Amino acid sequence: MKHIAIGILGAGALGLMASAASATTLDDVKAKGFLQCGTNTGLAGFAAPDDKGEWKGIDVDFCRAVAAAVFGDGTKVKFTPLSAKERFTALQSGEVDILSRNTTWTINRDTALGLNFVGVTYYDGQGFMINAKKLPGVNSALQLSGAAVCVQSGTTTELNLADYFKANKMEYNPVVFEKLEEVNAAYDAGRCDVYTTDQSGLYGIRLTLSSPADHVVLPEIISKEPLGPAVRQGDDQWYHIVKWTYFALLQAEELGITQANVEEMKTSDNPEIKRVLGQEAETKIGTDLGVSNDWVVNIVKAVGNYGEMFERNVGTGSPLKIARGINALWTKGGLQYAPPIR
Amino acid sequence: MQEHDTAWVRTEMALAQQAPAGVRGPIAWVRKNLVGSVGDVILTVLGIALVVMILPPIINWAFIDAVWTGPDRSVCATIAQGGTQPDGWSGACWAFVNAKFGQFMFGRYPIEERWRPILVAILFVALLVPLLIPRVPRKGLNAILLFLVLPIVAFVLLVGGMFGLPHVETQLWGGLLVTLSLAFVGIAVSLPFGIVLALGRRSKMPIVKMLCVIFIEFVRGIPLITVLFFASVMLPLFLPPGVSFDKFLRALIGFSLFAAAYMAEVVRGGLQAIPKGQYEGADSLGLGYWQKMNLIVLPQALKLVIPGIVNTFIGMLKDTSLVIIISMFDLLGVVKQNFSDPNWATPQTTKSGLIFAAFVFWLLCYGMSRYSMYTERRLDTGHKR
Repeated sequence: MKHIAIGILGAGALGLMASAASATTLDDVKAKGFLQCGTNTGLAGFAAPDDKGEWKGIDVDFCRAVAAAVFGDGTKVKFTPLSAKERFTALQSGEVDILSRNTTWTINRDTALGLNFVGVTYYDGQGFMINAKKLPGVNSALQLSGAAVCVQSGTTTELNLADYFKANKMEYNPVVFEKLEEVNAAYDAGRCDVYTTDQSGLYGIRLTLSSPADHVVLPEIISKEPLGPAVRQGDDQWYHIVKWTYFALLQAEELGITQANVEEMKTSDNPEIKRVLGQEAETKIGTDLGVSNDWVVNIVKAVGNYGEMFERNVGTGSPLKIARGINALWTKGGLQYAPPIR
Repeated sequence: MQEHDTAWVRTEMALAQQAPAGVRGPIAWVRKNLVGSVGDVILTVLGIALVVMILPPIINWAFIDAVWTGPDRSVCATIAQGGTQPDGWSGACWAFVNAKFGQFMFGRYPIEERWRPILVAILFVALLVPLLIPRVPRKGLNAILLFLVLPIVAFVLLVGGMFGLPHVETQLWGGLLVTLSLAFVGIAVSLPFGIVLALGRRSKMPIVKMLCVIFIEFVRGIPLITVLFFASVMLPLFLPPGVSFDKFLRALIGFSLFAAAYMAEVVRGGLQAIPKGQYEGADSLGLGYWQKMNLIVLPQALKLVIPGIVNTFIGMLKDTSLVIIISMFDLLGVVKQNFSDPNWATPQTTKSGLIFAAFVFWLLCYGMSRYSMYTERRLDTGHKR
C-alpha cells in the first residue's frame, strides 16, 4: 500500500481529504470572504515582513494575485506562516487554501502527498558562491577541485554537493554546520572558500557578508528546484483558477500589460490583449473559470505582471538584485511560458 | 590630694581610633584582594588586560559607532556592502530594532489597533505592581482583579470581535505580546494546578493519586516541543474538517499543562520537607484536610520552594521561544523572522537584533529572580542559618 510509504501523517491527511473537499474550495473562499495562504515564515524575496509588518515577496504576491482574481481585491488574503514540517499538513487539513511557500515540485509531493502543483513561479537550483579573493580566476564550478565548501548538514544540498563533485571526479573538503547562521558566519570568516545552497538564497546571504564585492555567484546550477504554489488534489475548479492566475501573470508580461498601463490597455486594438483583459464582447473566459471576466485586469492591478513581481521582490527593484536568468519569458530565452488564453 | 603610685593614670576612656591606614581604605582593599599574593597579581593583571581588551570595542560597537535611526539597510552597511558607512565601519544597527520595534512588541497586530495591547499592558502593570509591594493593602481584591478579571478584559480587548472592537486573529499576534501572554497564563494556571496535582500525588485516595501520578509522569516524560508539535500538526488531522480551534489557544493549553506538571513536583518537594509533627499537630487540633493544608502545611511548604517555583517561572518564560516550531512568533521568533527582510540584511543586523532580544529576556528574568530573593528574605522566619 502506498499509505505505508507516505507515513501516518500523509495517510491521515488523505483519509480526511475526501470529506474536506465536499464543498468546493472556491465556494469556501468566497463564503469566508478571504483567501487563506500558507507562506514561508521568513525568506528574503519570497515572504518576509517589511517595517510595517506587511508581507513582501514573490510567494505572497502570488497569493494576492489569486485573491485579486477571485475577489477583484488583492488585499483579501490572510497569510499563515508555515514551517517546512507543517506546510503539507496545513494544506491537506484545509487550514490554508493554497500553499505558496517556495516548495520544490517533485513527483512524490505531486502524487503521494495529495497535492497539485500549479506551475513554477521561480526556477531555483543549487548554486555556488565563491570568495574571489581566496580563489582568484575561478569562473566555473568545475574549477573548484580541492576547495573547502561550507554547507548545511542534513539537507538535500549536502547530498547534491557530494553527487556533483563525485560525478565530475573532483575532491572537496566539506565544512558542515547544523544551523544556517553558523554556515553564514563561517563563510564570512573565511573558514571555507565556497558556499553552496539554493541560488536565490545565495543572493540573500551575500547581503549579510562584510565585503560582498569579493564574492561571486557562479553560473552553474547543479540541481533542479522548481518552486511553485500547490493546492489540494480533488478540486479541479480551484486548481484551474490558481494555475491560470499564474499563466495570466506571464501572459500579461508577454503582452506588455503592466500595473501602470492596464487601464489604457483595456481599450487596446490588439485582439489578444482585449481577449486576455476580458474586453471582448460576450467573452466567457473568466466566468468559465469561475471568476469575473475582468480577472486579469484585477490581477495586474493588484500585483502587476510576472516581470514586475519578479523585479520588485527579488530583481533589480530589491536589494537582492537577482538576474532573471532562466526565469525570463520564453521569448527572452527563459523557461516561463504560458499556454494561450483564448 | 590623691596620690598615685604610678606616674600617670588615664582617667577618661580613649576615643576609638581608626584602624591603621595599612588595613583600611581602598588601598588596603586593593592590597588584600588584588595583589595579596603572586597568584593574585597575575590574575589581576590578566583580568584588567581582559577588560581593557573587551570593553572598549563593545562600547564602541554598541554605542559610539552604533546607528540609531535610518530608513533601510544603507545606514547599517559600508559602501562596499552597498550602504553609506565608510569602509571598515562596524557598529550596532539599532536602526533595525527601531524600525521593527512595533513588530518586536506586537508582532503583526494591526497598527491602528495597537492601542489595545498597550492598554492591556498598562492595566497589567497597574495591577501587578501593587500586588508585588507588600505595604499596599487589599491584596485579596488585587489578586482577584489580576488573575480573574484582567484575563477576561485582556481577552476581550486583544481578540476583539465584540463591543465594536474589530476582531484580531491570534495569527497576527507576535513578539513580546505572545511571550508575555503565554508566560502569564502559564504562570497563573500552573501554580494552582501544580499545587492540586502535588497534593493529589500525596493523597491517600488511590484513584486520585494514580491519576495525578500518570498525568505528571506522562507530561514530564515528553518534551515540550512534542506537545506543541502535536497540538499544532497532529490535532487538526484528527478533528473533523472545519472544526479547528485557535492555534494560540492550543499552544496556551499545552504550555500550561506542561508547566503544571513541573510545578507539581516542585511543590511536592516542599510538602515532603514539612516534618510529620506539623501534620500530626494539625490533626490533633481537629483540623480537616483542607484546613490543615491551607493553614499549616502549604504556607510553610510554598515558602520553602520559592526558589524552585521562580526557577520554573523563569524557565517557562524562556521556553515560550519554542512556539516558533509551530510557526508562532514570540519575541525571539519575530526578531529572527525580520532577519529575512532584504531591506535590512546587513552583517550587523543579526547581531543587533539578537542582542536586543537577549536584553529584553534578561530584563524580565533578572527582575523575576531579584523579586523572588526579596520575597525569600521577607518570608524568612526561623530557617535562617
